[in-house]
Amino acid sequence: MRTLLAVLLLAPALALAASAGIKLDRAPVDLNDNPSLQRGAQVFVNYCLSCHSANYMRYNRLQDLGLTEQQIKDNLMLAGEKVGDTMTIAMRAKDGAEWFGAAPPDLTVIARSRGADWLYTFMRTFYQDPARATGWNNLAFPSVGMPHVLYELQGTQVLNVVTATDALGHQVESRTLALAAPGKMDKIQYDQLVGDLVNYLVYMGEPSAKSRVQIGLYVMIFLLILILVTWLLKRAYWKDLH
Amino acid sequence: MAAVDKQPVTGAGPFNGVLTWVDARFPLISLWRDHLADYYAPKNFNFWYYFGSLALLVLVIQILTGIFLTMNYKPDAAQAFASVEYIMRDVPGGWIIRYMHSTGASMFFVVVYLHMFRGIMYGSYRKPRELLWIFGCLIYLVMMAEAFLGYLLPWGQMSYWGAQVIVNLFAAVPIIGEDLSIWIRGDYVVSDATLNRFFALHVIAVPLALLLLVMLHLISLHEVGSNNPDGVEVKKRLDPKTNKPVDGIPFHPYYTVKDIFGVSVFLLVFCAIMFFAPTMGGYFLEYNNFVPANPMQTPEHIAPVWYFTPYYSILRAVPPLFGSQFWGVAAMGGAVMILFLMPWLDRSPVKSIRYKGTLFKSWLAAFVITFIILGYLGTKPTTVWGQFGFQTFFMDTRDVATWVARLGTLIYFLFFLLMPWYSRRDKCKQEPERVTH
Repeated sequence: MRTLLAVLLLAPALALAASAGIKLDRAPVDLNDNPSLQRGAQVFVNYCLSCHSANYMRYNRLQDLGLTEQQIKDNLMLAGEKVGDTMTIAMRAKDGAEWFGAAPPDLTVIARSRGADWLYTFMRTFYQDPARATGWNNLAFPSVGMPHVLYELQGTQVLNVVTATDALGHQVESRTLALAAPGKMDKIQYDQLVGDLVNYLVYMGEPSAKSRVQIGLYVMIFLLILILVTWLLKRAYWKDLH
Repeated sequence: MAAVDKQPVTGAGPFNGVLTWVDARFPLISLWRDHLADYYAPKNFNFWYYFGSLALLVLVIQILTGIFLTMNYKPDAAQAFASVEYIMRDVPGGWIIRYMHSTGASMFFVVVYLHMFRGIMYGSYRKPRELLWIFGCLIYLVMMAEAFLGYLLPWGQMSYWGAQVIVNLFAAVPIIGEDLSIWIRGDYVVSDATLNRFFALHVIAVPLALLLLVMLHLISLHEVGSNNPDGVEVKKRLDPKTNKPVDGIPFHPYYTVKDIFGVSVFLLVFCAIMFFAPTMGGYFLEYNNFVPANPMQTPEHIAPVWYFTPYYSILRAVPPLFGSQFWGVAAMGGAVMILFLMPWLDRSPVKSIRYKGTLFKSWLAAFVITFIILGYLGTKPTTVWGQFGFQTFFMDTRDVATWVARLGTLIYFLFFLLMPWYSRRDKCKQEPERVTH
């Protein structure tokens, strides 16, 4: 019984230890920041939308971000689609699988399955790896099939592995990335660009999220009043009981 | 034939004529009296007695939202995932309906687990409520089937592989297992055929069974009367003048107004989840289920939704014996089925936990803690506690969680199997003559 208790008390700590792996950086997500979301949409259609589709997302939904249909047509639609169309791509999944090892996944709800922090980390931890067919590898997604599409902006990173011995005598491996060749952007600019992109991906994963929270607040206020009224009603009816 | 002679309806409202006409042809007034206005419930219901009516509320929410989801959902392996996203994006108000349904599924289990725990605490399964309890257990069983079938419909990775794992369990049944699992799937793997039949069962067959059982549950409740936190039969003490229980109050209006208050508080919790945290950190809607089903790619870690995880833990805890996985499946099934026997396992002289001794209380506490731990372990890989590098432990640390789950499984079953012994041996307090407050 005592062992059981000890194990149970340890449980939360152990559970934390179990979820190790790469430490994720916190993505700067703000669904109220329309300029950021618009910039993110721009990056998305320019860089992602040639290999990745967003099959459940309609272009005209981007009016959510404070854009007019004309602005969407002029700035974000590159291949003569109709504004009510979804963000499809011409590349066939079969070809994608042949070229990259796996078909590039649809990105409509990628932020809901991967999480914003993972995406933010992933897009910033590509490094050069001659062992890979594409020449690229990634800290968050080892042996990823995707090459570093934004390397011109970020520059080229290389992996440094340092092995040290910690106080308990365990071998601890630390993996860090260093910039080998600078890109067009400095680190702050690039992080902001990826932040905007991830912000957009989070928006696209659930376009109704903002109105969900807004409506939710009204519903909460209504229910609090309802609770008060029903409580008074109950009390009035139960007054004579003892 | 002339209508039956009954007293005309005389009420304060303007519809006495209509009501009299209907009542002459239908037991309107007697139904109203038997089940609401003249149904006497103990006056000492506490917090735990809200969950029965709340379960009914969630059932209604699920059926209504389900109807509207069906209008836009496509039970087709090629379109199902997309149609759910279509509901979330292009159907006006679709996301509200979908989140209501997904939140409702989990909240149904929250409410029903609390309702069942109430029954166990206050001995609501004891004579004369055995059949009421059995109907309740059947509802729970059918609800699990309903939830499992519905979970396939969004056709995400967890939908697909969860269904694959669960249907494969039936393949572990000796002799007929293989054919049984193919019969359930309608195919050799979970496929479009499976999705179609699961849809049919989820929207028609199982809800009908559920509604019927809920009706039977209520009819038998109103036949024997409600239990209460003291476990005292209020029907035994009638007012000599009115012939009504002295400790009872008419369900309507007293408990209807009280339950309306309970409903508004519950809705606050329900809506807070629905509007501010619909995925509940991956517990109500699993993150991996936002990846479309891919039969060619098994996810690294398959976990059922939280309400199944205690049983999933039991399944994984039982090692294969004589080269068969069937024992784990049997233990999992047995863990649910054993609930049915509770009325005959409890030999305590009193019903309510208020008058039971420390033995029963300790076993119940152990049971609840075990259930929660098993539930937690079921959401994690079996190696969840083995990755922190203790080499000096008395066993391979990767097995710790498995052994805890085994111990938990043992406690789970011992709570029931030893009950005839410890409930009789327990030092109980004297039950009061009348309900207390």
